Amino acid sequence: MSKHTLSVLVENKPGVLTRIAGLFSRRGFNIDSLAVGPTEHPEVSRMTVVVDVEELPLEQVTKQLNKLVEVLKVVELERTASVQRAILMVKVRADMQTRSHILETTQLFRAKVVDVAADAVTIEATGDSDKLEALLRILEPFGIKELVHSGMVAIGRGGRSIIDRSLRSA
Amino acid sequence: MSLEALGVDTVFGIPGGAILPAYDPLLDSTTVRHILVRHEQGAGHAAEGYASASGKVGVCMATSGPGATNLVTPIADAYMDSVPIVAITGQVTSRSIGTDAFQEADIRGITMPISKHNYLITDASAIPRAIAEAFHIAATGRPGPVLVDISKDALQAETTFVWPPKLDLPGYRPVAKPHGKQIREAARLIREARRPVLYVGGGVIRARASEVLAQFVDLTQIPVVTTLMARGAVPDSHPLHLGMPGMHGSVAAVTALQKSDLLITLGARFDDRVTGQLSTFAPGAKVIHADIDPAEISKNRVADVPIVGDCKEVISDLIAALGGEHEAVRPADYEDWRIQVAQWKATFPLGYTPHDDETLSPQYVIERIGAISGPESVFVAGVGQHQMWAAQFVRYERPNSWINSGGLGTMGFAVPAAMGAKVAQPERTVWAIDGDGCFQMTNQELATCVINKIPIKVAIINNSSLGMVRQWQTLFYNERYSNTDLHTSHQQVRVPDFVKLAEAYGCMGLRCDSAADVDATINQAMEVNDIPVVLDFVVHRDAMVWPMVPSGVSNDQIQVARGLTPVWDRED
Repeated sequence: MSKHTLSVLVENKPGVLTRIAGLFSRRGFNIDSLAVGPTEHPEVSRMTVVVDVEELPLEQVTKQLNKLVEVLKVVELERTASVQRAILMVKVRADMQTRSHILETTQLFRAKVVDVAADAVTIEATGDSDKLEALLRILEPFGIKELVHSGMVAIGRGGRSIIDRSLRSA
Repeated sequence: MSLEALGVDTVFGIPGGAILPAYDPLLDSTTVRHILVRHEQGAGHAAEGYASASGKVGVCMATSGPGATNLVTPIADAYMDSVPIVAITGQVTSRSIGTDAFQEADIRGITMPISKHNYLITDASAIPRAIAEAFHIAATGRPGPVLVDISKDALQAETTFVWPPKLDLPGYRPVAKPHGKQIREAARLIREARRPVLYVGGGVIRARASEVLAQFVDLTQIPVVTTLMARGAVPDSHPLHLGMPGMHGSVAAVTALQKSDLLITLGARFDDRVTGQLSTFAPGAKVIHADIDPAEISKNRVADVPIVGDCKEVISDLIAALGGEHEAVRPADYEDWRIQVAQWKATFPLGYTPHDDETLSPQYVIERIGAISGPESVFVAGVGQHQMWAAQFVRYERPNSWINSGGLGTMGFAVPAAMGAKVAQPERTVWAIDGDGCFQMTNQELATCVINKIPIKVAIINNSSLGMVRQWQTLFYNERYSNTDLHTSHQQVRVPDFVKLAEAYGCMGLRCDSAADVDATINQAMEVNDIPVVLDFVVHRDAMVWPMVPSGVSNDQIQVARGLTPVWDRED
């Protein structure tokens, strides 16, 4: 099983998110993460879905997504040809002794401290999945109280935009 | 008004609170005929029957809440069998949505996974566009059901009727024209094959491609199999037609697919009923898969030559590619294969053994109905043993003459669908071949038929059981008949008495329990064309559907009778 990142352009209409989530659920496709938000066009939203499937089922996922009337375009953004990022906020146990170690780690990962309490520190980090996994591995021994992950978003490298082409054909 | 503008002539439905504002103007319409049914499920299946018989979009209407949820089964059915229908439901006022209001149901959410698309409209000015789009989506590409849920305040509000509306479907671009390169590649494979089979599915019927298919078969002389959904696409009487493939298909059809070296798949989807155990299905065959839905291609079986397009266009293009002077197909190349499949057809014809006691054979009844009524009739079936026999023993010579619930397998489909088919084609004789179990699920539509002068003929193949389940219990559960006894004819117990029930509805009721009376009973029914006729055929309980490929097993293990599988020579 390997992870693939799909960028799905959809019409910005109510119920579209449900439709897509429903499709994944009933076809038995595994969703690792799902993030959705507006784009530079008000009628178009963009969903970034990370799926955990083999090559052939991925083709099925893409084709089934394309069947949905409100889906405008489905593109796979490969690691090497795109920039992939997610935001991670993690609340780490911290006392007087360990706080400085944690802060050091934060700096090494170019992350930020966004909250401080007597017994914990909340760190915000942005990066691709490798970087975020590495950060978590280092922070684990301190004791992770809570974490929230935004889901990956991705954008293709280079000058072209995936939106242009799909809207032109509309 | 939108319905009128779209040229809709028939709507099946039941009014209710939420949809009342839509029903009031219907009373005055001179072009739209509304047929009041007795259960919304009947309205849905009637819309399906209408669409399957005519090729036009079927329309059904219901109110919110339970009215809408009663449409769920027919919508799911239409989704599985790619039937173009539009279901219009009322919804509570937009302010009340999400508050658990009276007769509120999130029908849009409920039908998302089982409809091609759906709409929730809360603004009156959006109604014409939604309806127009719904019809467009239902009828184009791979046909399917579309639901339009309209809130009561939207139905009541006043607005200006703008027609024709501008369709706004940037994400919906069905491909009809196949890619030239794929056609050429397919033509190449066809020329190189030595044991090709045309695997024809329901898509050919939906695409109205029977005529070009006939030309293709004439040109190439390649043997054909027609699936349950495609019966009639190629006439049964055609010498190259091997029959129906699949779980209850003919030995010739099933074996031809298994031994083939090239499957030319048109509008079919490698459904599990046809393939049996996928890993052993047609092991030596390359696959050309032509379908209008790209998601079906390589879904169950990897296609060597995928072709996305409308079947009619694909077949026409293939004819052009194979008919050219320099690259013509040579039918003589398949001569040995044709001889081989003809041998299988002759050695293993479809048949049945009459029973020792004098009880009626269901296969005989169905055979006689088909023979006497003829190929210009329309035959609609329910689900179960009778459905399989109707697919096997009626001779289909033209498309759209056989209508059944294949994908979802909905019991109770027959009577309302036959009603819909008759409304679409009033000049044809329409038969509902139903089981005693199925009949009890939707027979209330007989009232609709009588009142609206829709004279269908219903043949109940009454074995007093849930036949197909009983067959499985006989074969796989040691004859432990758990809950399959229906008490509708066995040992003279009739709950209900179908003849009396028919008469209570105002239909003619006839009973037949001996072979000698079968023809006379059918002919009697053929004479009556002003009211529906219900024929209660009391048949042998232990009749079995053969051949059979048990579920999950390889098609090589096809059984022609209990425990009897043909043994193949080891030359391939």
